[in-house]
Amino acid sequence: MSPQKKGWKEIPLAGACWISSTEYKTGDWRSYKPVWNTEKCTRCMFCHIYCPEGAIKHDPETNNMVFDYDFCKGCGICANECPADAIEMALEGKE
Amino acid sequence: MAKVEQKIVPLNGDNAVAYAVKQCDVDVVAAYPITPQTIIVEKFSEYVADGEVDTEFVCVESEHTAMTCCITASATGARTFTATASAGLALMHEMLGVASGCRTPVVMSVVNRALSAPINIHCDHSDAMCERDIGWIQLYAENSQEAYDSIIQAFRIAENLDVMLPTMVGLDGFVLSHTLENVSVLPDEAVKKFVGARQVPMVMNHEGKLVPFKLDPANPLTIGPLDLYDYYFEHKRQQEESMRKALDVIKQVHDEYAKQSGRSYGNGLVEAYRLDDAEIATICMGSTAGTVKTVVDELRENGIKAGLLRMRAFRPLPVEDIVSNLSGKKAVAVMDRACSFGGNGGPLFHEIRHAVYDLPDRPKLVNYIYGLGGRDTPPYMIDGIYKELQKIAETGEIENKVQFIGLRE
Repeated sequence: MSPQKKGWKEIPLAGACWISSTEYKTGDWRSYKPVWNTEKCTRCMFCHIYCPEGAIKHDPETNNMVFDYDFCKGCGICANECPADAIEMALEGKE
Repeated sequence: MAKVEQKIVPLNGDNAVAYAVKQCDVDVVAAYPITPQTIIVEKFSEYVADGEVDTEFVCVESEHTAMTCCITASATGARTFTATASAGLALMHEMLGVASGCRTPVVMSVVNRALSAPINIHCDHSDAMCERDIGWIQLYAENSQEAYDSIIQAFRIAENLDVMLPTMVGLDGFVLSHTLENVSVLPDEAVKKFVGARQVPMVMNHEGKLVPFKLDPANPLTIGPLDLYDYYFEHKRQQEESMRKALDVIKQVHDEYAKQSGRSYGNGLVEAYRLDDAEIATICMGSTAGTVKTVVDELRENGIKAGLLRMRAFRPLPVEDIVSNLSGKKAVAVMDRACSFGGNGGPLFHEIRHAVYDLPDRPKLVNYIYGLGGRDTPPYMIDGIYKELQKIAETGEIENKVQFIGLRE
């Protein structure tokens, strides 16, 4: 149990949220991680459109696809939809 | 606060409950009729139709929805009430946990009735005993007068900021619900003043701002969202803490009410009847206590030191009161109007036996399962229990720890 988490005497009643849901990092639910291959990628943006978490963005400056691993749950939809086969789902810690 | 003038109205238990709810300035009532509770919502809907109350009455298609309506209305800061019995309470089961988990102080009268099958409309406590661990405060009335008084007190207990827990008031089906009794009622103004307006605590919202704990578009707040292994446990511990605090609140509200009404029920948690110098005693809940008191009086006239401990609060369990009242008694019989199939006796027996375990001078304890499905419990039957207790007190021997009484072999 993380020591910085609040105890039962400090938190509001009934799960009333005292912080925004964006503070709740769901990335640690992931067991498979999407690994992006810049060579194969055609920047079609399918992954950006299909990601249910909004965790994949395109950086216009570098022309890279940027994955937000704080929120990516590893569902694999991006890898499945990618027409260029540019995303590989790798076991977390083994990528 | 001085005692206020009251009038006596002939009411059955259900009408007594409806009358109390009428006086408590309730914002929302959502209910579905079920025997033997029907009279409560029937009568209350008449009050609504006749303009006697300023209450939103929601007719729903099931008890599950009745409870859902009450929870959501209560989450906006409204005072809410519903009533049910037996299968209706069972159908509410899922939402009862949501009510206690969301800390919505819904008040509900449960007109205790047997569970199906076989179908039976008469009294026992098996419906409410199934909801023992669902996080609701449970009070039990001995008569219709107490049902009236307890409903009024229940709003104050449930809505107390240290408690914030839903509260059910049990009254025995038909024995109380459909039996006419002279009930002393307080004036409307006195009840309105006693219950007061509902208060809500302040909580931190997602912007780090202190806001009232209620759903309000002006101060957005999320109540009861997803709560996984990292915080669920903490929220459950909060509920347990509030249950413990409720022990004092029930007593305080009871005492304050007693000053106005002139009526008290023990200390609000338990009622000890001729128990101080008693050597043998029974423990029960609900209307049976009335019959037991008559038997105790007769036994006392014959020089037998008999007494009664009536449980008014079952949740939270008043452990200290049980222990202090049973210390030094020779033999005690726990009367359960419910069966915990496959258990070591009935649900009340579990609690009492467990509570006195640490007493060095704990009494011999036996259990009687009685009155299931409305089976009559006449004085001679209770007299038989005391005779058995006398024998146990003399010999120190228990022949049958758990017995079924009033049952044909």
